[in-house]
Amino acid sequence: MKIGQYLKYYLNVKLIGNNFLRYQRIKASSKKIIPLKWRTDILAPPLKIDAKTKELIAKHYLEGQFVSGVRPVAWVTSGAPVEILKALDYYVLYPENHAALCGARRKVVDISSEAEKAGYSRDICSYARTDLGATLSKKTPVGRLPKPDLLLACTNICQTVLSWYRVLAHYYNVPLALIDTPFIYGELRDHDVEYVKKQLEDLITIAERVSKRKFNYNNFIRVAKYSKEATELWLEIMKCCKHKPAPISVFDQFIQMAPIVEMRGQKITIDFYWAMLKEIKKRISDGIGAVKNEKKRLLWDNLPIWYKIRYLSEYFGERGISIVASTYTNAWGELASLIDYSNPLESMAKTYLNPILNHGPKYKLNKMKKMIDEYHIDGVILHSDRSCKPYSIGQIDQRNTISKECGVPSLLLEADHNDPRAYADLQVETRLAAFVEMLK
Amino acid sequence: MLRIAALGIDVGSTTVKIVGVNDTGGITWHHLEQTEPSIEKQTARFFDIIKEKIENLKDIPVIATGYGRNLVKEAIRSVTEITCHAKGIYKEFGHGGTLVDIGGQDSKVIVIDSEGKVIDFVMNDKCAAGSGRFLENTATRLGYKINEIGDLAMKADIEVPISSTCTVFAESEIISMIASGKDTSSILKGLHKSLIKRIVAMIRSVNFMPPLLLSGGVVNNIAIRKMIEEEMGEKLIMPTYPQLMGAYGAALIALDENK
Ligand code: SF4
Repeated sequence: MKIGQYLKYYLNVKLIGNNFLRYQRIKASSKKIIPLKWRTDILAPPLKIDAKTKELIAKHYLEGQFVSGVRPVAWVTSGAPVEILKALDYYVLYPENHAALCGARRKVVDISSEAEKAGYSRDICSYARTDLGATLSKKTPVGRLPKPDLLLACTNICQTVLSWYRVLAHYYNVPLALIDTPFIYGELRDHDVEYVKKQLEDLITIAERVSKRKFNYNNFIRVAKYSKEATELWLEIMKCCKHKPAPISVFDQFIQMAPIVEMRGQKITIDFYWAMLKEIKKRISDGIGAVKNEKKRLLWDNLPIWYKIRYLSEYFGERGISIVASTYTNAWGELASLIDYSNPLESMAKTYLNPILNHGPKYKLNKMKKMIDEYHIDGVILHSDRSCKPYSIGQIDQRNTISKECGVPSLLLEADHNDPRAYADLQVETRLAAFVEMLK
Repeated sequence: MLRIAALGIDVGSTTVKIVGVNDTGGITWHHLEQTEPSIEKQTARFFDIIKEKIENLKDIPVIATGYGRNLVKEAIRSVTEITCHAKGIYKEFGHGGTLVDIGGQDSKVIVIDSEGKVIDFVMNDKCAAGSGRFLENTATRLGYKINEIGDLAMKADIEVPISSTCTVFAESEIISMIASGKDTSSILKGLHKSLIKRIVAMIRSVNFMPPLLLSGGVVNNIAIRKMIEEEMGEKLIMPTYPQLMGAYGAALIALDENK
C-alpha cells in the first residue's frame, strides 16, 4: 500500500466524506421535510430510512473513488459468493447495482450508447451494456469507479455474465474467477453441491493470491453470520407486506434492496434493516399503508423498470392499488435459511446454487402461486424484460396458469429494466388501464 | 330527430368511429372517417355533425376509447378499447368467447367470460406486421385495392411463403418475388398466411375460450376469415358492425353511467 494513497483515502473517505454524509443524513432526517413532488394525497410519506439508504450508497461509492491501492477491489455479479471476498476485506463493487443506479438517474441511454458504439449489440442485457459503456467511457453518475483487482462471476443468474466478465477481464487485464452453478432441474444433487464447493475453495486461493492476504476462517464465519442475519431481516420486512394495508410497496422494496445486494456480510446492513423493520412495524401498528386507501393488491414478477419507478408508483397509487410483493425482491430473502455455520462452505455452495434464476420456470410459478395466496393478491403484473431473458422465459405459460388456477388476472408488460428505448409510454399506459379496468 | 341516449367514440390509429345508442342500447346512429392528424379538430367536427341531428347534446354522456381517447374533450371519461370491445360484443351476442380484433395498426385478443367480463387480453401494437396495415401496404405495392386481395388470395392453389417478419422488409421481399415471376395470387396467399400466423400465436398465448369471435376492418376479407378458421379449427362468429365494436361498447358504458 502506498502511503500517499492511504492518506488520501483516510482524509477523503474516513475523515471528511463519511462524516459529511452522516451530517447530511442527520440534517435531512431532523427536518422531516417531504419532497415537494411527493404525492401525499395518494401515498404514505417517504420512509424515514430513505435518508440512511442514501447515506450508505453515497458512502459506498465515495469509498470506491479512493479505495484503489488501499483495499483489494473486486467486481462481482449480484449472485456471487461475496462472503469469501468480504472475509478478506475486499471492497466489492456490483456492476449490476451501479447500472441500476444509472437507470434510476436516467443515464443509461448515454452510457449504454458508448458500448453500442464499440459494437455491443442492443440485444445484450442493458446492465451489461451500461457497465461496458461505463468502463469504456468512464462515464458514471457516481464520480469514478475503482479499477478491479479481481473479477468474480457466478452463473447462477444468467449466462450473460460469463461473456460480460470475460470482456472485463480482457479490458482490465485482471484475473476472472468463475463459479459455475449447474442449473437445478429438480432436486439439488449432492454432486452439484460438491462441484460448487470445490470452486469456492479455489476461489479462496485466487482471492488470497490477488489480495496478498491470508484467508481467516473466523472472519469468514462472522461475515456469513452477518449475511444470514441481514437476509432474514429482509425476508421479515417482505413478510410485513402480507398485512392489509401493506406498509410498504414494491417500489419501496426496490429502492431499499440496495444494501442486501451490495452490502451483504456487513454489520451496518443488519443495523440498517433492523431500523427499517422497526419503522415498518410502527406503520403497521399505526394503520399506515404505502398506498392510501388500498383497494387492490398486486404481485410483480421480474426486475423493476428503474426509470419508471415514480410513474408506476403514482399510477397505481392514484387508483388505490398497491403492489405489495415481487418475486424479485423476495428472492433476496430466500437464501438465508441455507447458510449453516457448522458447515460454511457446503452451505454456501447450496445457497448460491439456489437463486430463483438457477431453477426452471416451474419453480418460479410455484413461488408465485404461494405468494398470491399468502399476500392476498388480486392480480399479477409480469414484466417481460427485453434484457433479462432467463427471468422472462416461461412467463406466457406462467401467466396462463395463474389465470386458470389461481383465478386472478395477470398482465404481461413488455419493457426493459434499464433501457428506456424499449419502453413505449402510450402502449404501456393502454395495457395498464385495461388491466386496472379488469380488476374492478 | 335521432333518438340517442348515449354516445361512444373510438379514436383509432386508422379510423375514427362514433356510435349513438338508444335507451335500450340499440345502435341508432354511427359515423366513420379516416383518422386525421389533428384528432381534437376531427372529433370536434364529429360533434358538430351530431348537434344538427339531436337537440340536447350536452345532456348526452360520451365515453371515448381508442388510442386517442384522452384527446376527446367532449367525453366524460375514457375507457380502454379492451373493455369497450368486450362490452359491445357481449351486448350483441349475449355470451362471451375469445374476440380477435384486427385493426388498422394494432391487433388484440380479448377473452370474455359468460358474464361479459374481460378475463384476459393480449395486444400487439408494436409491430405493423400483425395488423391490417401489413396487408394494406403490400396490396398497394402490388397495385390492388385492399378489398380485392382476400378474393385473389383464395384463388391461389399454392402459397408462396413470406419469410420477412417486418412489413417494410416484406414489401421488398414481395417486389423481388414479382420480379422473379411468382404468381400474384400465390404471393397474396403467403402474405395472408404470414399475418394469420401472428394472430394465431396471439390467440394461443391466452387461455382460449370458445367461440372464436372476429372484429375489425379485416372481417370483410374472406381469406383472413377462412385461414383463421382453418388454423384454429374453430368456426368464426362476426358482429353486424365489425368496425364499430369499440365505439359501441363505449356508448353502452356511457349509457350505464347515465342510469
Ligand atoms: S440478463 Fe438478467 S440476470 Fe443476467 S445480468 Fe442481465 S438482468 Fe441480470
